[in-house]
Amino acid sequence: MLSAEFRGFTWRHAGRRAPAVADVDLRIEAGERVLLLGPSGSGKSTLLAALAGLLTTDSGDHDGEVLLDGKEAAGQRGRVGILFQDPETQLVMARSGDDVAFGLENQAVAPDEIWPRVHESLEMVGFPYTTGHPTHALSGGEQQRLALAGVLARRPDLILLDEPTANLDPEGADSIREALRTALADTAATLIVVEHRVADILNLVDRVIALGPGGAVLADGPAEAVFAEHGDMLAEQGVWVPGAEPPSHPDANPGETRLRGEALTLVHSGAERPALDGVDFDLRAGELLAVTGPNGSGKSTLALLAGGLVRPTRGTATVPGESWPLHRLPARRLATRVGTVFQDPEHQFVTGTVRDELAFAPHAAKWSRRRIDARVSELLERLRLAHLTEANPHTLSGGEARRLSVASALAAAPEVLLLDEPTFGQDRRTWGELVDLTASIRDEGTALLAVTHDRDFAAALASRELVLRAGRTHAEANRC
Amino acid sequence: MLTIEPICDPRAPIARANPVAKLFAVAAVSTTALLAGDWLTPLLLLAALIAVVPFAGIRLGPLLRRLRWLLVAAGTVAVVNTVFAAEKTGTVLFSAGPLEITSDASIDGVALGLRVCVAATAGVLGFATTDPTDLADAFTQQLRTSPRFTIGSLAALRMLPLLGAEWQQITTARRARGMEGGRNPVRRARLFASTMFTLLVGAMRRAGRLADAMDARGFDSEIPRTHARIQRMRRTDWLLLAGAITVAIAAVAVSFAYGTFDLLA
Repeated sequence: MLSAEFRGFTWRHAGRRAPAVADVDLRIEAGERVLLLGPSGSGKSTLLAALAGLLTTDSGDHDGEVLLDGKEAAGQRGRVGILFQDPETQLVMARSGDDVAFGLENQAVAPDEIWPRVHESLEMVGFPYTTGHPTHALSGGEQQRLALAGVLARRPDLILLDEPTANLDPEGADSIREALRTALADTAATLIVVEHRVADILNLVDRVIALGPGGAVLADGPAEAVFAEHGDMLAEQGVWVPGAEPPSHPDANPGETRLRGEALTLVHSGAERPALDGVDFDLRAGELLAVTGPNGSGKSTLALLAGGLVRPTRGTATVPGESWPLHRLPARRLATRVGTVFQDPEHQFVTGTVRDELAFAPHAAKWSRRRIDARVSELLERLRLAHLTEANPHTLSGGEARRLSVASALAAAPEVLLLDEPTFGQDRRTWGELVDLTASIRDEGTALLAVTHDRDFAAALASRELVLRAGRTHAEANRC
Repeated sequence: MLTIEPICDPRAPIARANPVAKLFAVAAVSTTALLAGDWLTPLLLLAALIAVVPFAGIRLGPLLRRLRWLLVAAGTVAVVNTVFAAEKTGTVLFSAGPLEITSDASIDGVALGLRVCVAATAGVLGFATTDPTDLADAFTQQLRTSPRFTIGSLAALRMLPLLGAEWQQITTARRARGMEGGRNPVRRARLFASTMFTLLVGAMRRAGRLADAMDARGFDSEIPRTHARIQRMRRTDWLLLAGAITVAIAAVAVSFAYGTFDLLA
């Protein structure tokens, strides 16, 4: 057990003008279980990194103190364990057991004690494989459980969780929460967890601290009291306050078919079964079709084939007015027919400013200068990017980058837009913006297909749902 | 997909041998082959290596697949050195216009090709039977290399296959934006450069996160690390190493006795 304290703590990342957190005073008692809330940019991750001793003097400027049991945090890494959100960049070793052992080796645990502790912590998180199992063959949820075992094996007195389920599908997120429940029941360690989806984590904590911009404490106390008193304000700030009513945007009458997929099949060379196996669908103007199903069911593959981005092994995706299937179209023509928005917006940025980004596809499609300018201005206005015209796309916040990637996919006025996990890892406010934006695009007559794990997103916007299992259509249902 | 894992049966004697012992054994055989200028020494060494293959636990198919480009390289070396030899002595075997192949030149060419073969086969036998993690462990424990460098490289190596997948994603995302190389070489080059840039930006971020995760688990702290898996030279490892050195000496000795040995000038 360990108490944690910030005294007048300020941190500015190297190369930034504004501090990430300014003048934070906060004390967390030994053994407390704390949920740290706040919108993107409130410095939650910075505070956790400071406690973990990861903010080194060469990565920024600091002021004030970060104390663990009254002593500088920087020198006490051995007593703190931190779990990050991205499972892939937390695993160091090729074999699962070695990865848990890695932290113990660093701690100079005696060699004959290492393996018993590895087995103990793997059991604690319910890791289903042997120690020799390759880490790259694990699913995201399994990788995250392994990373958690790596944290627990070191027997930290302070456990920090930085959005531990944000990058996982619902099944993976459940398994991590289950592992956390078991593990936390077994230890007296102090816990600080950062999480957007509050409802799922509330039974693990006994105190909620809500931060505003720059790390200012907005509310602090037991969960019920905090949400009763400050619920509306927190929702406004982007927190998923439990019990809030999800929005609903039913569509008007869908029009004609804008995109048709026939017997779409993709077999990767050397794979045991097709990634996608004979899936048919049609997509009509003014509707949103939600494509759902567990990880590995072929959802993202369907989006790639439907968008004409990958050549199907069999089957075709076609739009009216084109005699060739989409995958045969040259890219500049494809962009005027179907837009695709990927999960990671940064993969899609191809220019140095927001304006150029929006002008790119219309320019490639040889639109006239005047038409391009008009289109760019319209999109900047509609997606509230007008103040960022000259900004570099790579410097945008998560929500802005997402809006820009949607805007740039729409730039060349395609009649079909495909979205791959559009709400992944977004805070409540950005989520709400995305739902509104998607509804307005749909209601203008664009045909939308969204691959999503997000039940609330699908419920708010989709009139039909296509459920995939193991590469095949499992069910196709009207939602209303 | 890029793989860096061993492709052998882990119970085979050579697969179980200590990585450092294997490294030095490979070095002994390859260096001898590269220093010898005749055809007999590398031929004997190659025969010895082929005799060892059954103990490495690698099936012939995967082994040949790993070797195929190296064998092509060896063949090219042999042909080029035969055809373009500076001194064309000995009997003329074949002649067509400016092209002339003589017996001495072809023997030298084959000798050079054989040496490449030996180095390649020894290297593949060594690395295809060694897990990178065990190699890194052995380096830090037996050769006392810095853990920061060795384990760091190992972690970076693990990220390599991810880069391949990411390249694919970026290329697809670019097509969706209307960007494609097509047949225009200038546009292709620009697309390659911009894809590479995006990949590197992502890789740097990822490397930063990985470094944080390693630091958070106490890597590179002041305390000397312990080792979950002990790597040391056992009796069989010394035997393997002694065997490799003996084979190298024997090959040279036979070549001497036969009167062909020639140190590479």
